[in-house]
Amino acid sequence: MATRPARPRSAPVLRRDPQHRMLGGVCAGLARHLGVDPIIVRIAFVAAAMAGGVGVAIYLLAWVFLPAGEAPAGPVWLRTSRGTIEIVVGIAFLALSVLLTFRAFGLLFSDVIVWPLVLVAAGGALLWRQWLGGGLPGTAPRTPAAPTGVPGASAAAATTAAATTRPPVPAAPRTSTERAALVSRTSLGIALVIAAGIAFLSATGALSAARDVVLSVLVVAVVLSVIFFPWVLRLVRSLTEERAERIRSQERAEMAAHLHDSVLQTLALVQQRSEDPRAVAALARRQERELRAWLSRRAPAEGEPPRLAAALETAASEVERDHGVAVEVVAVGDADLDPHSEALVAAAREAMVNAAKFGGGSTVDVYAEALDGEIQVYVRDRGPGFDTTTLPGDRRGVRESIVGRMARHGGRAEIHSAPGAGTEIELTLPRSAP
Amino acid sequence: MTTLGGPRVLIVDDHQLFRAGVRSELEGLVAIAGDAATVEDAVRDIAALAPDVVLLDVHMPDGGGVEVIRRSTAQGDPPRFLALSVSDAAEDVIAVIRAGARGYVTKSISGAELADAVRRVHDGDAVFSPKLAGFVLDAFAGAPPAAPARAAAGADAASDPDLDQLTPREREVLRHLARGYLYKEIALRLGISAKTVEAHVSAVLRKLQLSNRHELSRWAAERRLVE
Repeated sequence: MATRPARPRSAPVLRRDPQHRMLGGVCAGLARHLGVDPIIVRIAFVAAAMAGGVGVAIYLLAWVFLPAGEAPAGPVWLRTSRGTIEIVVGIAFLALSVLLTFRAFGLLFSDVIVWPLVLVAAGGALLWRQWLGGGLPGTAPRTPAAPTGVPGASAAAATTAAATTRPPVPAAPRTSTERAALVSRTSLGIALVIAAGIAFLSATGALSAARDVVLSVLVVAVVLSVIFFPWVLRLVRSLTEERAERIRSQERAEMAAHLHDSVLQTLALVQQRSEDPRAVAALARRQERELRAWLSRRAPAEGEPPRLAAALETAASEVERDHGVAVEVVAVGDADLDPHSEALVAAAREAMVNAAKFGGGSTVDVYAEALDGEIQVYVRDRGPGFDTTTLPGDRRGVRESIVGRMARHGGRAEIHSAPGAGTEIELTLPRSAP
Repeated sequence: MTTLGGPRVLIVDDHQLFRAGVRSELEGLVAIAGDAATVEDAVRDIAALAPDVVLLDVHMPDGGGVEVIRRSTAQGDPPRFLALSVSDAAEDVIAVIRAGARGYVTKSISGAELADAVRRVHDGDAVFSPKLAGFVLDAFAGAPPAAPARAAAGADAASDPDLDQLTPREREVLRHLARGYLYKEIALRLGISAKTVEAHVSAVLRKLQLSNRHELSRWAAERRLVE
C-alpha cells in the first residue's frame, strides 16, 4: 500500500484505520481517536473477546459501521509487522483456550446466547458491508467503480473485511475477481447467519419445530414454482425477445441514418446534375467507394492511425473527385504511416493526378505492395503516353513532386512510358526497420 | 443469335435492371442463351439450355452464386462459371472461386471487357480482375495483412506445400494483373507468350481452389456461415 502524505488533523475523528490494520483497522482507528498505542486497544479487544465473545461481536459491528479513514495522522503509529500479527493471533488462541476452560466449568455467559450472537454479527457484518457499504458515509463504495477516492486504502480495507483469514491484498482487485469475492463473501455471510440460527434453535431445542416450518415452506415454494413456471419462463423469453428486437431496431436506425446521409444525398445530387454525365459518374463513383468502405468497415476505427492502404484509398478518392477519372487501388499488405511513407503517399497522389490529367480519361490503376523489405506503388494509366527522353514541358512537375520527393526520403521513382503505350510511374521506398 | 460462333451465355442475377443492362452490353458480342433471376431458375436453366458460360451474380437470395455452382456441379457436366458482382470483399471472391468459378469480375467492367472475359473463360482460361489478383497475392503472401483481424496468418502445416505457394513467375504475373496489365501486355513485358501467361493464371486458379491455406479456407468458411 502506498504511503500517502500525512494530512494534518488536530482532532482525529473516529474512523477505521486501514493503513495500520491487522484485521479491519478498528483497533488502529480507535487508538488514533483515543490517542493511545493501538496495541493497548487490541489487547482490550482480545480481553473482551474472552468474555464470552462479546469483544468479537463489538469488533465486527464497529467494522461494519465505522467508515474507513483516509490518511495516517502521523508517523507515530506502529506498522504492523508479521511478528505483531503472530503475537496477537497467539494471544487470541490463548484467550480462546481460557474461554473454553471457563465454559467447561459452566461459568461466564450462556453459550446459547453468545455464540449465535457472534455468528450473526460476523455474518451480518459480511452481508451488510456488501449491500450497505456504499451508503455509509465515508466508507468505500462497494460498486465495481470502488477505488476512486482512496484506491489502495478502501479496496484493501474491503478485501480484508471480506475474509479475515486472508492476508491483506495490497492492490485494488480487478473487477472479475472483485465480483467473485463479492459472491463468496455474500455466501459466507449467509452461511454464518444460518449457522447462528440453527445453533440457537438446536441449543434451545426448538430445532424440530423449525424443521417442520421449513419443510412446509419448501413444499409451498415447490408447488408455487410448478404452477408459475411457464408464466415466468414466458416472461423471461419475452424480455429476451424484446431486447433482441431493440438491438435490431437500433441497427436498422443506424443503417437508415447512414443511408440517408450518404446514398440519398448522392441520389438527390445525381438528379440535380443529370445533364452532366461526368459529374454524375464522379458522384456515383464516390458514393460507391464510400459505401464499400462502410460495408466492409475498412474505415479506421476512432483514434486508430490510418495506414498506408487507407491513405492511398483516400488519395485516390480525392483525385477521383477532383478530376472525374476512376482510380482503382489494389493493395497487398500494409504498412504504418511514418514521414517517409507519407511522402510516398503524397508522391503517389501526384502520380495519380498526372495520370488523371494526361491519361486521356482512362481508368487509373494503382497497385501498392508492402511486403518484405520495401514498399512499391505503381500508378498506371492507359493514355497516349510520351517519350521519356523528351519530357513534355507541362509534365515537369513530375520531376520535383514525384522524383525529387522520393529521392529525399531515400526512395526512388521511375517513369515508364512510350507514345501510345500509356504511362506507369513506379515508386519504391525501403521500409524502415520496425 | 446462333449466327454468332462464340459461347452461349446465361445471365444469372436477381436484379432485373442489371440483367437487362448486361444483356444489352453483350448483345452482338456473344450469344445470350437466356437469363435467370433465382438460384432455382438458374439451376433449371443450366440443365435445360446447356449454356457454355454462366455469368453469375455472387449475392442472391437462397445461397447466391456459390449455391448455383454447387447444385449445377452435382447435376453433372456443369458449364463454366464467371462470377460477376458489385462486391469485392475477399470472402465473396474466394468463396465463389473455390466453389468452382473460373474467374471473377466486378460489375463496373465494360461490355467489351466482359465479352472478352466470357470468351476467355469459355476457352478454359481463368479471368482475374486486378482486385482478385491483389487478393491472391495477399492470401499467399503470409505477410501481415491489412486488417488486424487477419494477424493470425500462416500456412496450415498439414497442407500440400506446392499448393500453398506461388512460384516467382506466377507472382510476377499476378503483380502485373494487379497493376492493370492485360495478358498480352504481360506477355510482352515478361518476354513469354500469351498462352504461357494464361497457363500461369490457370495454375494460380487451381491453387486458389485447392489450397488449404488458412486464409483461403477461413474466407470460404466465413462466407458459408453468412449464407
